[in-house]
Amino acid sequence: MKADQLLERRAVISGIGQSAVGRRLGRSDLDLTVEAALVAIADAGLTRDDIDGLSTYPGMGMGPGGFAGPAGPEVQDALRLKLNWHDGGGEGAGQIRAVMAACLAVAAGLARHVLVYRTVTESTAQGKGGRQALGAMGGTGGSGGGAPRMMGFMQWSIPYGAVSAVNWLAQVARRRMYEFGLTREQLAQIALNGRRNASLNPNAIFRDPLTMEDYLAARMISTPLCLYDCDVPCDGSTAVIVSHVDYTPDAPRSVAHVNAIGTALRGRPSWDQFDDMTTMAARDAAASMWERTDLTPEDVDVAELYDGFSILTMTWLEELGFCGKGESGPFVEGGERIALGGQIPLNTSGGQLSAGRLHGFGFLHEACLQLRGEGGDRQVAGPPEVAVVANGGGPIAGTMLLTRGRG
Amino acid sequence: MTANGPPFRLLPRLDDANRFFWTSGSDGRLRFQRCGECRHYVHPPAPRCPYCLADALAPEAVSGRGVVHSFTVNVQKWFPDAEPYIIGLVTIAEQDDVRLTSNIIDTEADDVAIGMEVAVDFVEAEDVWLPVFRPVTAGRPAPESAS
Repeated sequence: MKADQLLERRAVISGIGQSAVGRRLGRSDLDLTVEAALVAIADAGLTRDDIDGLSTYPGMGMGPGGFAGPAGPEVQDALRLKLNWHDGGGEGAGQIRAVMAACLAVAAGLARHVLVYRTVTESTAQGKGGRQALGAMGGTGGSGGGAPRMMGFMQWSIPYGAVSAVNWLAQVARRRMYEFGLTREQLAQIALNGRRNASLNPNAIFRDPLTMEDYLAARMISTPLCLYDCDVPCDGSTAVIVSHVDYTPDAPRSVAHVNAIGTALRGRPSWDQFDDMTTMAARDAAASMWERTDLTPEDVDVAELYDGFSILTMTWLEELGFCGKGESGPFVEGGERIALGGQIPLNTSGGQLSAGRLHGFGFLHEACLQLRGEGGDRQVAGPPEVAVVANGGGPIAGTMLLTRGRG
Repeated sequence: MTANGPPFRLLPRLDDANRFFWTSGSDGRLRFQRCGECRHYVHPPAPRCPYCLADALAPEAVSGRGVVHSFTVNVQKWFPDAEPYIIGLVTIAEQDDVRLTSNIIDTEADDVAIGMEVAVDFVEAEDVWLPVFRPVTAGRPAPESAS
């Protein structure tokens, strides 16, 4: 495919912003979003009057309490934005589908500067008993006011007490142990690497050292996944500004160029019917991204790979080509290859396991920081030229390849 | 001691598409939609055969036998006072791309393994019969297989 046919290359990330991030902040999702948005708009050298596009994942009340963030219209009204293009939704290539949509919108001339945000208040919501809100995951009230009844995908899973992604992904981990000989000690390296990097990130939620002994002694959630294999719910908002590449000379900060996006979903869109449990949708998203670029895995200097659960990161390492299929266990053993000074520095902010479950967008924010050389104590040497961001990895997945210079 | 599934089960909402599946166990048989043209089994229920697109799907009983594709022991107490229970992903004997998320019952967690043969049983709850699976062992014959 010719480079001028790759419309995502007409987009750059010109600004990034993050609100306060923490546990039970007690602030509204709209308040956090406005905070992050104003940081990102200023970072891009713009004012709100320049923002003519808006996009989010998912918005509009999807999922259990604290998950969705404010709907687009709420943010538009709070900032009195005058929009030429607006979009939101929970379907598509992972959480960063909202960023991909913005890239295509600026390439199509529908907007010039798009504010894209992802906001969670899951920590505050769960403190108020939000975890009991299973009905929000696909249930509907019984006619007699009894327990909610399950519809859609949830009907095939919830009646068996498979109530969380941890139950579904635990079975992915068990299958990988069976097929590839993955061990808990190998899996632990994702959590240990994240915590090492988080200790260098002042905004991370968990910064105290984590040892292999701590990991192996942690309580099980759903075997073989333990507490440290699961990300930490938090409150926080991440915002980015997606601008047309023509804005690059006027941007006050070094922009991140979008080199390629990976959006494919070729297997069945299902947690339990997907053809290969050991890849899930990461396989298709990664393959479709590499089909759109001349860059290769060897060109990538920093990898920000979704770790909602540690096992997803293992899958991404393989599917993106940093190691062979089934080889991520030996690849991460000892942790050197994925450390800040290693072959492929991984999840440099601490990831969601230690820095907080900002639900995909935290990885994008960190990739942009690293490409700018603004990673502080956790900066990868170089600074890096090429970063990859992966979101999701169950039945939905999306990837973006970002470069410091124009590809 | 591993319990036989979660202590509290949120149940499926029955509709015209899924009613046959969730009530199939009333006669002790497990049923899936099957295509009258290409003979594939289809799950979850669909309006047309997703393999050949023929409008020829009808519920049909299967043997109730399957193989554990993967499993997990849920330890987290999503429900008050819940003992650990085994969630299993079972591939049906008839077709290797049809799987059910279910519970593996009547066994201890340490005795469950990927590749293990299992047979269906049903947990009756209100108006539904939830298919669950127990190991097929020499000392305990599986339920009579369906024709």
